[in-house]
Amino acid sequence: MQVILEMKNITKSFGGVKALDNVNFKVMAGEIHALVGENGAGKSTLMNVLSGIYPYGEYSGEIIFQGKSCIFRNIRDSEKMGIAIIHQELALVPYLSIGENIFIGNERAKAGIINWDKTHRDATELLKKVGLKENSNVLIKDIGIGKQQLVEIAKALAKDVKLLILDEPTAALNDTDSDNLLKLLVELKKTGITSILISHKLNEVIKVADSITILRDGATIETLKVNKDEISEDRIIKGMVGRELVDRFPKRKPNIGKVYFEVENWNVDDPLIDGRRVIKDVNIKVHQGEIVGISGLMGSGRTEFAMSVFGRAYGRNISGRIIKDGQEITVHNVRQAIDHGLAYITEDRKNAGLILIEDIKHNVSLSSLKKISKRLVINDDQENQAAMTYRKKLNIKSSGIFHKIQNLSGGNQQKVVLSKWIFAEPDVLIMDEPTRGIDVGAKYEIYTIINQLADEGKAVIFISSELPEILGMCDRIYVMSEGRIVGELDKKEASQESIMRCIMQSNGGRS
Amino acid sequence: METVKVETRNLEAISYSIKSNIRQYAMLIALIVIMAFFQIATGGTLLVPMNVTNLVLQNSYVLILAIGMTLCILTGGNIDLSVGSVCAFIAAIMGHLTINLKMDVTSALLISLLLGAIIGIWQGYWIAYVRIPPFIATLAGMLLFRGLTITMLKGLTLSPFPESFQQISSGFLPDFFSGFGWDLNLTPIVVSIIFSVILVLVQIKKRATRIKNDLETPPLPLFVVQLLLVIAAINVFAYWLAAYKGIPIILIILGVLIFGYHFFTTKTVPGRYIYAMGGNEKAARLSGIDTNKVLFFVYFNMAILSAVAGLAFASRTNSAFPGLGTNFELDAIAACFIGGASASGGIGTVVGTIIGALVMGVLNNGMSIMGIGSDWQMTIKGFVLLMAVAFDIISKNKAK
Repeated sequence: MQVILEMKNITKSFGGVKALDNVNFKVMAGEIHALVGENGAGKSTLMNVLSGIYPYGEYSGEIIFQGKSCIFRNIRDSEKMGIAIIHQELALVPYLSIGENIFIGNERAKAGIINWDKTHRDATELLKKVGLKENSNVLIKDIGIGKQQLVEIAKALAKDVKLLILDEPTAALNDTDSDNLLKLLVELKKTGITSILISHKLNEVIKVADSITILRDGATIETLKVNKDEISEDRIIKGMVGRELVDRFPKRKPNIGKVYFEVENWNVDDPLIDGRRVIKDVNIKVHQGEIVGISGLMGSGRTEFAMSVFGRAYGRNISGRIIKDGQEITVHNVRQAIDHGLAYITEDRKNAGLILIEDIKHNVSLSSLKKISKRLVINDDQENQAAMTYRKKLNIKSSGIFHKIQNLSGGNQQKVVLSKWIFAEPDVLIMDEPTRGIDVGAKYEIYTIINQLADEGKAVIFISSELPEILGMCDRIYVMSEGRIVGELDKKEASQESIMRCIMQSNGGRS
Repeated sequence: METVKVETRNLEAISYSIKSNIRQYAMLIALIVIMAFFQIATGGTLLVPMNVTNLVLQNSYVLILAIGMTLCILTGGNIDLSVGSVCAFIAAIMGHLTINLKMDVTSALLISLLLGAIIGIWQGYWIAYVRIPPFIATLAGMLLFRGLTITMLKGLTLSPFPESFQQISSGFLPDFFSGFGWDLNLTPIVVSIIFSVILVLVQIKKRATRIKNDLETPPLPLFVVQLLLVIAAINVFAYWLAAYKGIPIILIILGVLIFGYHFFTTKTVPGRYIYAMGGNEKAARLSGIDTNKVLFFVYFNMAILSAVAGLAFASRTNSAFPGLGTNFELDAIAACFIGGASASGGIGTVVGTIIGALVMGVLNNGMSIMGIGSDWQMTIKGFVLLMAVAFDIISKNKAK
């Protein structure tokens, strides 16, 4: 077998943080090569380098494709060489037909005039290849996500693809659709198309992959060959998570009180897709002074759960009970949630947590304006006082309280979000990925703040995709997968392996 | 050592306060430059007392509309295209009530304003609760209310209004201090002096509390200069009014609206909600702000202000006619953007908008005095709008 792709010593940084550190990655022609690793291990970054999304010059290292050293300045360059990437979020235009989508940017045209007959004839041909029984005139919005995935592959085939990259292709698919897709990959392999498959579902990986490369913390750990090495899920998990835990978390002696916050039989439907249940019969409880983790992979429903609890900020057909301090409370909107002492710290601080064009002062006070106003007139002194207090208390590095949020670093922005919610004086804090995208030092500071909040007797729900963080911070851990709670682990029994096992078993059980 | 530190801190503070307000300073300077230019070009006619009063009277309706439009734009670059038609409709109603039905002016005014509020509920409902994009909902309103106006007026002009209604836009406060043998109307002078004293006291107190709380304050010399400039401007303006007929009644209405909405947008909770929504609607909602309510309010408010502007304009022209208010919406929108409002929302001030409206007003007035035709006036105004916004965007890109 011959090497089709070799990526040598790839290093890519984002503002001083190395997302990829000297990664080497080799793919043989005609194989299905799986790329696995935890969230943030660098899988998507590596693929974005390969497909030209991060253009030549933004990274260091060399890409050799079919024996030639390549310089990709954009996606078009890599597509010309026969590399196609299919992202988790599909790049299809919902109001155009299947045929139009397949040839978008690659129209069957002469002198700019589209030949519709040829478009639909060729499209039908391609649809046959990917096993999709739909007329090419059907609009994308009218077919399911599994079929859309196939259209994406047809689109890649139309460009005469040699190397197909699929980023979590089955994450949003049901089991039948997943199976079809995996079978298609095997079919394509027979016609000589090489695939790189990024997936969290290790059972699928083991089923179809010929080689498995494991990334961890932006570095290649190992490449396993299916016909040479012993492959098992445990073996792969060990490679994925096997990092040394150093003292990255501040010490805390938990002082856990009575049960304070409970969510019972919580069910939530997708707000856009009819009949798709996102959260299924979730039950959790949190004690005073306790930090409870919710662990799970991306797309497991953690954020959807948190936001639906926080004043129904997500979803519809929500059912279930919320009990705080022994009493059922009604929270039909965010205002009520805040008034009942709930706070939700979003995972997406830039788009949903902060007003970037405003300053620290206005962001800190935003959800507590009632507290600093009288008859709707804001007391400027009190507002300044609050902002100054939290700026100092949380050590927000800035020129002053009038510093615009967009000019702060990620860690300091996150501290502003925390300030805003601490100022609202909640009893229950739901923290969704509170340390995403911030550096190690700032992480430590934020952990310290969270510990303080718990020590003050607040109930804290801590959501994170980073297992070490969950293990280092939480007193108890719920494991979530596909909208269900699939495990509850005490601090003592919890480990990276036991959490991953909960997730994998729940996946494996139904495929 | 200590003094050096204080010095650099002062310098930083100056540059900070200038930088953060650069857009407004720039427009204020532009306004002064434009005024100076026309003062020379018109051989001193622009700033004769009569013309200054005229400027206020001429532009009152744009100023009123622009205040409301600022709030709409703040929520996310949303505009209201229907304001001109609503002006016309309300003017037609007022004309019908007072001229055809001989109703007394006070009742007719109340009914007209109430109708403005109902129009606001109508438009606000479609925009905020059905979530029809404001551009489309108000485009529909623009056609709808223009059509109703023409129907009501049967295509004809209604005139004249009762004397007392005309007073709104052409009357002046009586001179409370006449009989001292002065050539001037003393009322504006007395008012401006009282106003200046209050302003000084308020500013000094504000500065003191800021210093007490260890907040950034502009250094003392800058503070004094700023305050003196503002006081000078107020008193010169008062002198101009005094040298003509005194304080126009519409100026009082304008003053109350400008001060009221400035206070509303900068000091109150709902005002803050408007900025928050425009800055990041998702974050605002997750902070417990009912953004539908905010959106409803700004369009409700806009319709009421449209009614006020329509009445002011009808009073000034002493008639209600089918084409009244044509293109008013464009003048109001232009004023907001010249005044520094951001087309994506969250940035903009009432004071900035007033400056923007005055820039347009002075351009109109100055060019008219010079005898420049309306064709060229339009061309030049279009160019000024483009340049003002281009300056804004380029300076922002540079700052990045």
